[in-house]
Amino acid sequence: MSRSRSDGDPLRPADHADAVADAGEITQPALGFVGWLRWGWRQLTSMRTALVLLLLLAIAAVPGSLVPQRGADPNGVTQYFIDNPDLAPILDGFSMFDVYASPWFSAIYLLLFISLIGCVIPRTKHHYKALRARPPRTPARLSRLDAHRATSVEITGETDAATAASGAVELAAFQLRKAGYRVERYDTGAALSVSAERGYLRETGNLVFHAALVGVLLAVGLGGGFTYTGQTVIIEGRTFVNTLLDYTSFNPGRFVDEEALEPYSLTLDEFSVTYQPVGEQGAGQAGDFVAHLTTQHAGEAPGAGEVRVNHPLEMAGDRIYLMGNGYAPTMTIRDADGDVVFSESVPFLPQDTNMTSLGVVKVPDGLAEQLGLVGFFYPTQVPLQSGAFTSAYPALVNPVLSLNVFSGDLGINDGVPRSVYTLDTADMTRLTGGETDVPSIELAPGETADLPDGLGTITFENDAPEGAEGYEGSVKRYVSLSIHRDAAATWVLVFALLAFAGLLAGLFVPRRRLWVKVRPEGQSLHIEYAGLARGEDPTLDAAVAQLAQRHGDALGAPSTRA
Amino acid sequence: MPDSALLTLDSVSVLMVWTAIAVYALAFIAYAIDLARRSALAVDAQDAKGRERELVVAGARSQAAGGGADAAPGASAMDILRAEERVADAALNASPARRSRHIWARIGTSLTVLGFLFHVGADVTRGIAAGRVPWSNMYEFALTGTMLIIAVYLIVLLRYDLRFLGTFITGLVVVLLGGVMLGGLYVEIVPLMDPLKSVWLVIHVFVASLATALFAIAFGLSVVQLMQGRREHKVAAAAASDSVVSTPVKTGPGFLRTLPSSEALESLAYRFAILGFIFWTFTLIAGSIWANDAWGRYWGFDTKEVWTFVIWVLYAGYIHARATRGWRGSRSAWLSIIGFTAVLFNFTIVNMFFKGLHAYSGLS
Ligand code: HEM
Repeated sequence: MSRSRSDGDPLRPADHADAVADAGEITQPALGFVGWLRWGWRQLTSMRTALVLLLLLAIAAVPGSLVPQRGADPNGVTQYFIDNPDLAPILDGFSMFDVYASPWFSAIYLLLFISLIGCVIPRTKHHYKALRARPPRTPARLSRLDAHRATSVEITGETDAATAASGAVELAAFQLRKAGYRVERYDTGAALSVSAERGYLRETGNLVFHAALVGVLLAVGLGGGFTYTGQTVIIEGRTFVNTLLDYTSFNPGRFVDEEALEPYSLTLDEFSVTYQPVGEQGAGQAGDFVAHLTTQHAGEAPGAGEVRVNHPLEMAGDRIYLMGNGYAPTMTIRDADGDVVFSESVPFLPQDTNMTSLGVVKVPDGLAEQLGLVGFFYPTQVPLQSGAFTSAYPALVNPVLSLNVFSGDLGINDGVPRSVYTLDTADMTRLTGGETDVPSIELAPGETADLPDGLGTITFENDAPEGAEGYEGSVKRYVSLSIHRDAAATWVLVFALLAFAGLLAGLFVPRRRLWVKVRPEGQSLHIEYAGLARGEDPTLDAAVAQLAQRHGDALGAPSTRA
Repeated sequence: MPDSALLTLDSVSVLMVWTAIAVYALAFIAYAIDLARRSALAVDAQDAKGRERELVVAGARSQAAGGGADAAPGASAMDILRAEERVADAALNASPARRSRHIWARIGTSLTVLGFLFHVGADVTRGIAAGRVPWSNMYEFALTGTMLIIAVYLIVLLRYDLRFLGTFITGLVVVLLGGVMLGGLYVEIVPLMDPLKSVWLVIHVFVASLATALFAIAFGLSVVQLMQGRREHKVAAAAASDSVVSTPVKTGPGFLRTLPSSEALESLAYRFAILGFIFWTFTLIAGSIWANDAWGRYWGFDTKEVWTFVIWVLYAGYIHARATRGWRGSRSAWLSIIGFTAVLFNFTIVNMFFKGLHAYSGLS
C-alpha cells in the first residue's frame, strides 16, 4: 500500500522516485505513429528529462560569464575581437557572444519549459480532483506503515464496548479536524476508523511554483517588446525633452511607438557630488551623486525631482537613472575680427577616477577652414614625471584645459554620423602640439588665448556664480541619464514572488495521512495510530506520537505499547 | 583624532580575526583527533563483536551440521551494520545533554565557540569602525560569511549531533579566512560606493551568506553520505560473497562506523540544501530588485548574475534528482557537491578574476 497510487496522491511523472514502477516501461509493445508521439511526450515530460535539461541549462549558462556578451558588455566584445582575431570569429559562429539569445541556449530552456508545462497540466487536473476527493480508505494493516503506535484502553464505567469505540473514534476525528486535517470515517465490521489527510497545500505550492516560473518567462519574453531604454546627456542649465530627437541613443522593443513617448521635460539645475578629502582613506572617492532636476509634464506646473544612484526618478511611468557625470567646459571661439563663431559647453568624457577628461570641439562654420580641437580637462592639474599632465583630484582645485588645434576637413558634411567625442584628423593639419613646435593651448577658467595662425581667440569661460570661492563652480557639470520604460518588470516581480511563496509551501508544508483505528477487545479498546508521509516529511513520526499522546490524554489512557 | 581612533578599532578587529583563525585551527585539530579516536573505538568494538560473532557462527555451524540446514552466510555482518546504523541514527538526533561523550569532539566544539566569539568581535568592531554593515567588500564578505557558517553550524548542533562535520567546518573556515588574510585581500575601511548604499546591501548579501552557510553543511553531509554509502556497499558485498566469517574487509575510514547511515545523512543534507535553496531564491529575487534600482535593469546576465543563476539551477537540479528514480542516493549527492563547488567558485574566482558590474571586491 505504502507507495502505490490512489486518488488522493499527487500525480507524478512515471519516473518519480515515489511512483510505482510501471510494467509498460519494461515491455515495450510495437508502437504506431501516435504511440511514438505519446512515448516521446512521456519522455519529454519525465523527471529524468527535466533533470537533464536543468543540468544542461546550468552548464550552458557558464560560457556567458567567460566571454564578454554583446548585451552586457559590447565594448568588451569589440576588445575581444581585437585581442583574439583568430578565435573570436569561431566563437561568434557558436553565438558565444550572445549566449543567452543563442539557438542552443534557447532550445534548452524552451524544451525545459515545454516539459514543465507538460508535467504541470496533468498534475493540476489531478490535484483539482484530489482537492475534492475524500481521504482514502483506512488500510487493513496499519502496522505496516512508516509510523505506527498501538495502545490498549480499559473501558471504564457502564459504557458498552461499541459505544466506547465509537466515542473514541469520534474524539480522534474531532481532534484531527481541529488540527487542520480533512477527515472521513471508515468502519468495517467491528473496527471503526477515521482516515485523515492534510497538506494539499504542498502540492498546490509546488504547482504554483512551476506555473509561476512559466509566468516569469512569459513576462520577460513578452515584456521585452514593450520596453525601451534611451540615453541622454544634460548639461547644467539645459533641458531635455522626451522625444526621440533629444536622445543620444534609443533602443525600443518591438511594440514601442517611438512617436508617442510621454511628453515631459527635465532641466538639470545642479549636479552635486562629494569627494573624500585628501588625507583620508579612499581620498578622491566620489559619492552621494545627486542630479537636481526641474521636471515638467506637458500642461502641468513644473516640479522638482532628484536622481540618485539606487534611487531612480519615476516620471510618467518612466524610470530615470543616473549613469554618469562629468565636466562640460564652456568655450567661446572668436574669429580674427572678434566675432563669436562658437560658444558652447562641451561634455568631456572622464578617463580616470580623478576626472582627467577628454573632449573634442568642432567648429564647422565661421572660419576660413573648419577647425577641430582635441584636449584634456584636468580639474586639478599636476605634472607627471614625463612632463605630461594628469589630474590629481576630481574636484576643481586647479582646473586647466589643454587643447590642440587642427584645421582642415572635419568630415561631417558627408552625412556619415560621427561621434561627438572623437575627431577624425585624417584630412586635417595639426597646428599645435606634437611636432609643430607650437605649444598646445592651456587655459584656466576665465582665460583667453590666441589660436595659431592668427585664426582668432579661444576663451575658457568661468561659469562660477557671483561670489564663489576659488574655482568652485567655475566649470559646468553634466550628467548622463538612462531613461527606461519596462511595463513587464512588475509582472516579473509578481510571478517571482508567487514562485517564492509556492516554493515555501511546496517544500515545507508536510503532506501526510493519519489513521486512527479502534477495535473493541472484550473490556478494552485496541487503538492504533498510523501515519504515511507523502514526500519528504521528517516530522511524521513525531506527528503520530503527538496524535497518540493527545488522543490518549483525552481518553485518559494508561498503557502504550509501540 | 577620530581618524586614528577608527584605525585602532579596525586593527583590534584584525587582531581578533587572527585569534579566531588560530582558535579554529586548534578546534580543527581537536575534531580531527576525535575522528581518529572514533576509528580506534570502532575497531575495538568491531573486534569484540567479531569474537562474539565467531562464537555465534560456530554455534550455528554445529547446529547446522546437526540439523543439515544451511546457516545464512554473512547475515551477521549485515546485522552488525544495521545495529551500528540504528545506534548512530539515534545519536544524530540525541539532544545535547544526552550525546555520547566524545571528549575531543567536546573540546573541538568548545574551541569553535571560543573562536566564534572572537569572530563575532572582529565582525562587530569592523562594522562599528566602518559605520555600516560589515559586508561590503570581499574581505568583509569573507569575514561575515565564514562567521555565519560557524553560527549556523553551532545552532544546528543544538538540534543534531553533527560534530563529525567539525573538521570540515572549522577547516573550511580556517582556509577561507586564512586565505583572505594571507592572500592580501584585506582592505582598509573606505566609504561605501554609491551603488552599495542601499538596504538591499544589508538584506541581499546577508541572505546570500546565510544560504552559503546552509549549502556548506549540506555539502559536508553529502560528502560523508558518499563515503558512508561506499562503506555500506562494501559491507553488503563482502557479506554476500563471504560464505564464512573471515578476515575483516577494509571498508574505509573507521569513524564511519560511528556515523549515521547514508540514508539518514542524505535526508539531512537534503533538508539543509532546500533551506539554502530558499534563501538563495530570495537572494536572486532581492538581487534583481536591487539591480533594477541601481543599474536600471533587473537582469542582465552580468557575470555574477550568471553564476547566481547557475547555482540556483544546479540546486533545483539537486532537488529534482532527489525525486527522480535512479538519481536518489549518490548521484544526487554529487549534485550537492557540485552545487557547493560552484558557490565557492562564485565567491572566490568570480569575485577576483571575472569582469562585471559587481566590482565591489574592494581590490584593484
Ligand atoms: C525551469 C525548470 C524547473 C525548475 C527551476 C524546477 C524547480 C523545482 C523545485 C525548486 C522544486 C521543489 C519545489 C517544490 O516542491 O515546490 C521542484 C519540484 C518538482 N518538480 Fe520541478 N522544476 C522545473 C521543471 C520541472 C519539470 C519540467 C518537471 C516535470 C518533468 C518538474 C517536476 C517536478 C516535480 C514532480 C517536483 C516535486 C518533487 C518532489 O516530489 O519532491 N519540474 N522543481
